[in-house]
Parts: sequence; C-alpha cells; structure tokens
Amino acid sequence: MFRIALKMLFRDRAKYAMLVSGLAFCSLLMCQQSSVFCGLMIWTTATVRNIGAPVWVVDAKVEQANEIIPMRQIEVDRVRGIPGVAWAVPLYIGIEQARLTDGSFQNVQLVGLDTGTLTGRPMDMKSGRIEDLRLPNAVVVDQVAVEKFRRKGIKIALGTTFEINDKEARVVGICHVNRSFLGQPYVYTTFDRAMEYAKPARKMLGYVLTAPVPGVSNEELAKRISALPGIRAIAKDQFFWDTVRWYIRNTGIPISFGTVVILGVIVGIAIAGQTFYLFIHDNLRFLAAFKAMGAPNSTLAGMVLLQAFSVGFIGYGIGVGLASWFGNTVLAKEQPPFYMPWQVPVFVAGVIVFICALSALIGLTKVMRLEPAVVFR
Amino acid sequence: MSAPSPIAVKVDNVVKSFANGDSRTFALKGASLEARFGELLMIVGPSGCGKTTLLSVICGTLKFEEGDVAVFGHELRAMRNGDITRFRRENIGFIFQQFNLIPTLTAVENVSIPLILKGVSTAQAENRACEVLEKVGLADKYKSYPNQLSGGQQQRVAISRALVHDPRLIICDEPTAALDSVSGHKTLELLQESAVRPDRCVIIVTHDSRIYEFADRIVQMDDGRVVGQFDDPSQLSHA
Repeated sequence: MFRIALKMLFRDRAKYAMLVSGLAFCSLLMCQQSSVFCGLMIWTTATVRNIGAPVWVVDAKVEQANEIIPMRQIEVDRVRGIPGVAWAVPLYIGIEQARLTDGSFQNVQLVGLDTGTLTGRPMDMKSGRIEDLRLPNAVVVDQVAVEKFRRKGIKIALGTTFEINDKEARVVGICHVNRSFLGQPYVYTTFDRAMEYAKPARKMLGYVLTAPVPGVSNEELAKRISALPGIRAIAKDQFFWDTVRWYIRNTGIPISFGTVVILGVIVGIAIAGQTFYLFIHDNLRFLAAFKAMGAPNSTLAGMVLLQAFSVGFIGYGIGVGLASWFGNTVLAKEQPPFYMPWQVPVFVAGVIVFICALSALIGLTKVMRLEPAVVFR
Repeated sequence: MSAPSPIAVKVDNVVKSFANGDSRTFALKGASLEARFGELLMIVGPSGCGKTTLLSVICGTLKFEEGDVAVFGHELRAMRNGDITRFRRENIGFIFQQFNLIPTLTAVENVSIPLILKGVSTAQAENRACEVLEKVGLADKYKSYPNQLSGGQQQRVAISRALVHDPRLIICDEPTAALDSVSGHKTLELLQESAVRPDRCVIIVTHDSRIYEFADRIVQMDDGRVVGQFDDPSQLSHA
C-alpha cells in the first residue's frame, strides 16, 4: 500500500508541486539565512583565525577580538616572564587611512607583525614573499585591498605604492586571508613599521601573542597570564567563541536573521500544513474506501506518514541543495558571508521533520476518526 | 424441489440510531433479513428508509445497538474492530455508488488494491487485476486513469475491484445510480455473469426499478424495517 500511497501523492501534481515547493522554499530560507548568519559570525573572528596564535593577551577590559584597548609594550616582557610561556610576541592592529595615488582614501586594518619572527603572517601568499616585509616601507596587502583599490581604478601589483598617514607603503606581496567583519582590507607590515605608520600614542600594543611550552595547555597558560594585573589572556578557541557570543548578545544580527528563519518555519507550516491537509481532505473519500475494503488504521497511518515525509525529504533536499548552490556561488565571490556547518542542515532537517509531523498529524486525526461507512453516504 | 442454499448473511432485529442534537434518529428499527449463497439479493425502498444503513451494518462498517448480524456464521457483534477489518478484507467486495476509484491510479492499480491489502505482492496483484479487467472487457484500458474512462467503464473497473480477491460477499450500493439505463443494464448483466456463484452472495441496495429483473429475491424496506420479501420482481410492483 505504500507504493499506492506514493503514486497517489506524486500523481496529484498540483498539490505535490505545492507541497514540495513550500518545503523547499522553507528549507532554502532557513538554511541560507542560517548559513549567512554563521558566515557573518565567522567574519567577526577573522583576526583570530588569520593570526592563529594559540593564546592571546589583551587588556583586561577587552571582551572580543575586534575590540582593541591598547596596552604598554612592556606587557610583552611581563608575559615572557610567566612560567610555561614558550614565546611571546607583540601584535599591532589598528584602523588607518591609506591615501591612494589619485588622492582618494581607503580605511585599512594595519597589522603589525613581530619584526623578527613575523608571527601571525598570512599563510596564503598569492604573489611576493612575506619575508620581504623586512624591506624598507614594505607592506603585504590582501585580496580585499586588490578588489577595493581596483574599484577605485588603481591596480595593485608588486611595487605599487600608496601612503598610510603620509608615509609611503610599497606592496611587496599579495595574500589571501579571511575577510574581516567590517570589510576593510588587511595591510600587513612589521610591528616596528606599524608604530611608524600609526598615529603616535602612549599605548600602542594591541595584543601579545603567545604559546605554551609542551605539557602546558593553552587554557592553563591563559589562566597563569591572566593572574597578572591589568591584562587578560584567552586561548584561541575561547577568544573565537567569546567574539561570536559578544556579537550575538550585543548586536541585532541574531534577531534579524532569527526573524527570517522563524518566517521560514511559519511559511513552511502554512504552505505545507494547509496543502497537506487539503490533500488528505480531498482523498478522504478514497481513504474511507480503503478502510471499508479492510485497510487497518495502521496501514492508513503509515500511508499518510510516508506521504508527508516523502514530500518533506524531497523539499528538504531541494532547499538544502539550492542553499548549497547559493553558498558555492557566493563563496567564489567571498560575499555575502556564507558558512554552513553540519549543524545547519541538521537543524533545518529537524524543523522539516516537525512541519511534516505536524502536517501528518492533522491528516492522521481526520483519517483515524474516519468512519468507513461514509463511503455509502 | 431442491433444498434452499445455506444462509450467508443473517440480520436479526437490528436497531441502529444516530444522535441528532439532543434526540436520536432511528435508522433501523428492528430490521431482519437473510441472504443465501448463490443469490443476488436486492434491498429496495424509498430514500431514508435505512437501506444503506443496513448495508453498512452487514459489512461491519457501522456498529449497531441491538439485534444480531451473522455473516458466514460469524457474529459481528462478538468481533473486535481489528477482526472485523480483517474479515472485510478477506471476505467482502465493494461496489460503491460513486465508484470511488482513485483518480491518480490506473485501472489496473485500482483493481489490484484489495489484493495488495491482503498482502499479495504488487506484481502478482497487478497480473491478477489484468486478468479480471480482461474478463470485463477492459483489456485495452489497463493503463487508463478513471477520468479517461466512461461511467460504464468506470463501473466495470469497480466491479473488477470487487471481484479480484474472490470474496464470498459482494456489497453494491446503488451501482447504477451514476449510469444511464443502457450502461446500468450492462453493469447488472456483467455483475450477474461474473459475480453470482454458488459459493457467493451478492447484495445490492438500489432505487432503480429498471434493474429489479436481475434480482433472485427482493427485500423491501420502509421506515427502518423490512416490510416485504419477493421472489419475483413483478410481485413488487403489485405490492
């Protein structure tokens, strides 16, 4: 009878198409919006992921990775003095203004890497060598800088020059790194040169990057460093999640995306629930005939559930497929943000199962109450 | 004179009522009848006299309050719901007034349903359905959907569906109501040829006096009771 149930469903093309498209749209909406949300949250942690240091030392008041409260440079030495520290280097990050050759301006995130070790260097160099950062006035720019400068009519290549706070910067390399939340290009240079480019201030150290010696965990080292007054150390993973949580708590992003996801659920329930109810209602006479012919309730329930979950499965597949296609397309362009962790399709599958179960339940209620004698009326 | 055939269906003093607001409306007020193997029995009477209710009670799709119904010796009152459902699946074939063919299934798929319900594989059920459709003259319509068939052809598919699993009791509710007189006549001829057998009983509820001639016996109902039984249809018109 299950084959019969599927034929009844698939051959009622109008309702089948309505059911599948409703659930596909619902899946697409939830999956795509959740993935864009996750992508956006991932963008907020670009600095942590690009630099990749095991432990980050920041001012005690810092709550997330994009919040920079400058510290004194002596903090690097204080950290180095903590037992269990394998190495500790300074990192400068600040937003500076780059002036292009045509006189236009572009805000950039200037990253000053430790001059000796270049710790936190970009790993994916598209052209040039990162070691050339040690040359005079040398900077390495990311793919976003190339894009943004191109839009302003300036082609970035090795040797291109521009100014940061009236000081010359010469491009010695182009790298590919994770895009920042604010979409500003990353410009890498050495820590010492970053001090020259940045406007002078009493405190200019953004972060101290450090790592534990073998046998000491990141968390343990962070705990030891945090015992020092005025600073706080955070293991990389915790910094990542602290940043994501901060954006969830302190911005309207989750609410706006959550609203769309909830709308997706409502649309799914409204379209799929109503259409499935109509489908069952239209077939009630035939289901009563099956019942009169000796089909037990369990068989009819199985048929209804199979029909509901078949459209759910197909709609889900199409929806997630379309969301993945969207993701692949936008990932090639790197925006809008898109990241689909396995939890997203699982969450969407759970919602679709809920919608199908609800739709089937409405149908089942009618089928279970159905008197087979109605076929004679 | 030969001995009468054994009784297939025995309805004894059955009472059935329906709630109607605060009051109850009695559809059957002590109806009694017998139907025998090898017999084509027609139940006739005016609208609202309880014919369809009696049919529903006989095939176990409707519970009743008083009296007894025995089908092939099985007391329906003593059977549990699941047993009645199984009993219907094994023993009863249905022909409905509106045919109740599933519009999204082909003729052969519609006919195979009772066999699939009995647990026969789809392939075997469809083979058997093709055989039955061939017998009713629809060999070229296996793959047709109900909306591609005429009313008479749809009724022949419905008859095939009622016969395909070889049931011992065939229940027909107004089988000619949706047909013109020629198609109705042909349907009854087909039913008489293919359904009536010594080991089977056919019960037809009808208004249609044009088909009375096909009955072996006619039971007349009025106001929830059986008020007359006639072996010769012509007697009914004089009653």
